[in-house]
Amino acid sequence: MAINFTLNGKKTKVEVAPDTPLLWVLRDELQMTGTKFGCGIAQCGACTVHFNGNAMRSCSLPVQAVEGQNVTTIEGEVSAEAKALQAAWEDLAVYQCGYCQSGQLMSAAKLLRDKPSPTDDDIDQFMSGNICRCATYQRIRAGIKQAALNLAKEVVA
Amino acid sequence: MSYIQEGLNRRLFLIRGAQVGAALTLGMSLGGRVLAANAETGDFEPNAFVTIQPDNTVVITIKHLEMGQGTFTGLATIVAEELDADWSQVKSFGAPANTKKYANLAMGLQLTGGSTAIANSYTQMREAGATARAMLLAAAGQRWNVAVSSLGVQSGTITHSASGRHASFGELAAAAAKQPLPKKISLKDPSEFVLIGKAKLGRKDSGKTDGTAIFTQDVQRPGMLTAVVVHPPLFGATLKSVDASNAKALPGVRAVVQIPSGVAVLADSFWQAKKGRDALKLQWQGGSERSSEDIIADYKKLASKPGLSAVIKGDVSSALSNGEHLVDVEFEFPFLAHAAMEPMNCALQKTALGVDMWYGCQAQSWDQQNVAKVFGLAPEAVTINTLYAGGSFGRRATMVSDYAVELAEIVKAWGGSAPVKLVWTREDDTASGYYRPMYVHSVKASLNVSGELSAWQQRIVGQSIMGASDSVDHTTVEGASNLPYAIANLSVEAHNTNEAVPISWWRSVGSTHTAFAVETVIDELAQKAGRDPVAFRLALLKDEPRYTGVLKLVAEKAQWGKPLPDGHFHGVALHKSFGTYVAQVAEIAAQKDGKYKIVKVTCAVDCGVAINPDVIAAQMEGGIGFGLSPFMFSEITLKDGKPAQQNFDSYKVVRMRHMPHVDVHIVPSAEAPSGVGEPGTPVVAPAVANALFAATGKRVRKLPAGEDFFTF
Repeated sequence: MAINFTLNGKKTKVEVAPDTPLLWVLRDELQMTGTKFGCGIAQCGACTVHFNGNAMRSCSLPVQAVEGQNVTTIEGEVSAEAKALQAAWEDLAVYQCGYCQSGQLMSAAKLLRDKPSPTDDDIDQFMSGNICRCATYQRIRAGIKQAALNLAKEVVA
Repeated sequence: MSYIQEGLNRRLFLIRGAQVGAALTLGMSLGGRVLAANAETGDFEPNAFVTIQPDNTVVITIKHLEMGQGTFTGLATIVAEELDADWSQVKSFGAPANTKKYANLAMGLQLTGGSTAIANSYTQMREAGATARAMLLAAAGQRWNVAVSSLGVQSGTITHSASGRHASFGELAAAAAKQPLPKKISLKDPSEFVLIGKAKLGRKDSGKTDGTAIFTQDVQRPGMLTAVVVHPPLFGATLKSVDASNAKALPGVRAVVQIPSGVAVLADSFWQAKKGRDALKLQWQGGSERSSEDIIADYKKLASKPGLSAVIKGDVSSALSNGEHLVDVEFEFPFLAHAAMEPMNCALQKTALGVDMWYGCQAQSWDQQNVAKVFGLAPEAVTINTLYAGGSFGRRATMVSDYAVELAEIVKAWGGSAPVKLVWTREDDTASGYYRPMYVHSVKASLNVSGELSAWQQRIVGQSIMGASDSVDHTTVEGASNLPYAIANLSVEAHNTNEAVPISWWRSVGSTHTAFAVETVIDELAQKAGRDPVAFRLALLKDEPRYTGVLKLVAEKAQWGKPLPDGHFHGVALHKSFGTYVAQVAEIAAQKDGKYKIVKVTCAVDCGVAINPDVIAAQMEGGIGFGLSPFMFSEITLKDGKPAQQNFDSYKVVRMRHMPHVDVHIVPSAEAPSGVGEPGTPVVAPAVANALFAATGKRVRKLPAGEDFFTF
């Protein structure tokens, strides 16, 4: 079945079984492997993408649901929030194995868009859906705060 | 640029470089003796540790798997230090499988594990860097017709200050490649270090913030198929019948094959393969139906009987009967899955000459041998391209190469020549076994009238990771048999058990359970004697300066003994594993719902020379988070032989909301460097358990402590 949607700003068409999760369409049909498979049941967040601007677990989203909708993946996430987060991630050496970090960054970008200066509680609530088995949580928290601070500076400037 | 792209570009460069003789490559033998190699002789192979490219890039070949522990950064730090490279010009690249060239010098195998990467490579990497530096200096001296002693090197530039001339490493690479290998190289005095010990250098495992890093899961080859497997529902079960007719009729399904470890479906994509798997009709027979309760009951019976002696000193029984403040307790530890974020996977293609593999390989020597055996090949015919691993925690190195052999069996049974990627689902991964074994400990300990530790008897019951039957497996008793506390009467015993469950090492191995038993019992003795837990330990560690060093430092930094806010409590623990000493103080806070939050862990670590302090801190932080999961929530329980937990909904792990703030302090040291990947992990559970005792008066004897104490 043909599914048409907007992926990272580009019109995209795929021919797949409609129940195929978006994650596997991205990875196997479109060769966009930045979005990771971790659990398949929306428990770990490694597959997080933006679906019409919301953080969504693509492993549990049948591709038929994205017909006519907007999807952004780590490959196309070029917002100011994402850039600030990526810079903080490198500066603070946040990642370890790195496998979950696409999902962490996609969740964090959405968090900063909604809450430009998140509190520890905001971070706990929003980021607890993203598991990191290397437990880089402390640096993820610091990375989000540093990015928030730098974004606030840019706004003032 | 992604890791793979860099690798390909580098290979292309090496070919070009070889043709024009433009780059300098150095290789080292097992013993660290320089073997050689320059561009013109053709000995210019990607099996070296240092390659300097004309564009001034320094490529460092890393013989250990990068699985998050930071070895691409740590080993590069050592080479760059002796080379006097600028950190920004350094790139790290994973070594190919070649036991002769890239063996772990602590093992004689190409294998990453046991927190040995830094310890076994320190001198080897220093010599690799120093040799390259000496040849670059010789080339500059020749070019400018000046004495080498009149030259200086700093941040990738060689300078002749008398004449004001300077040249980059890249500019000198071709000339350096023509220099004879230095007969003698000198290594820096540690006081001259500019990179080693520096607080903050960036990481060298690139591509991990923009999705471009290539993991096994991301390998794509022309015509590649995806394989998904059904494993037996019970450990030890075998296949009775297969009806694959429905599966084979599905779109995209190319083949269904039977292999020793189950039944595999090969399809054009993962989702098609998974649907094919769901359509299989399989019958199984046999297998173990033992539940965790059955195993624990048997282990407890064994714990009441003497076992194989790991260490014996003095007369434990009479000391116990004459002792005071007797502690007589049992501990239960469940099976644990590693649950790396990237489920086990592997890609393989049979070629005319052998086999090509792409994956986060942790034990190249074992995997080469085991995969070669499946195809009847020589181990060297198995080419392994080691990619980043999305975590491992020990899981990716098994002596039987379980998932790599599984894919080899699939490809052999199928008989095709297209590349195949084996993808395990999370459920496959969690239920696959190779767990941290289940253990029961029985501990009896007492003090004498002077309040000194007088007797300690510890029996540990569980499967032997190393497959021992009538001898003591060191990995069962490590962390207990080397009890650091001064004691006259000590007995540590082990019982090796037989269960159908495959087991393996799990980050910090024996210390995952021994540290917990030892450090909570010591705490209990201190409490029974009315002594401060830190002072009590220090009194028993008079001849142990490095244990004392971390304990004093952590007590100072955590302000041990000073009043805490209402509802906050401290607990302390210390432990040495893999040569590294770690002490931690955990601070917990009572919550409104009667449960506790772990708010802070202060950590002191002595790992000898601190190569890269930020990587050390990262490993302590991550090791603590990893060690909290099995203390708080994680367990694999067998119900009628089946793992009751299959995914992250039931195999619960620490999430952002559970993570304490971790404050790491490194003890300055000139001792030989030791590893940091594992030693942070085993200390946090007893530290928090001791804090919970301070808060509640309850001792945790069975892990996980669970939702009696913590909110998931």
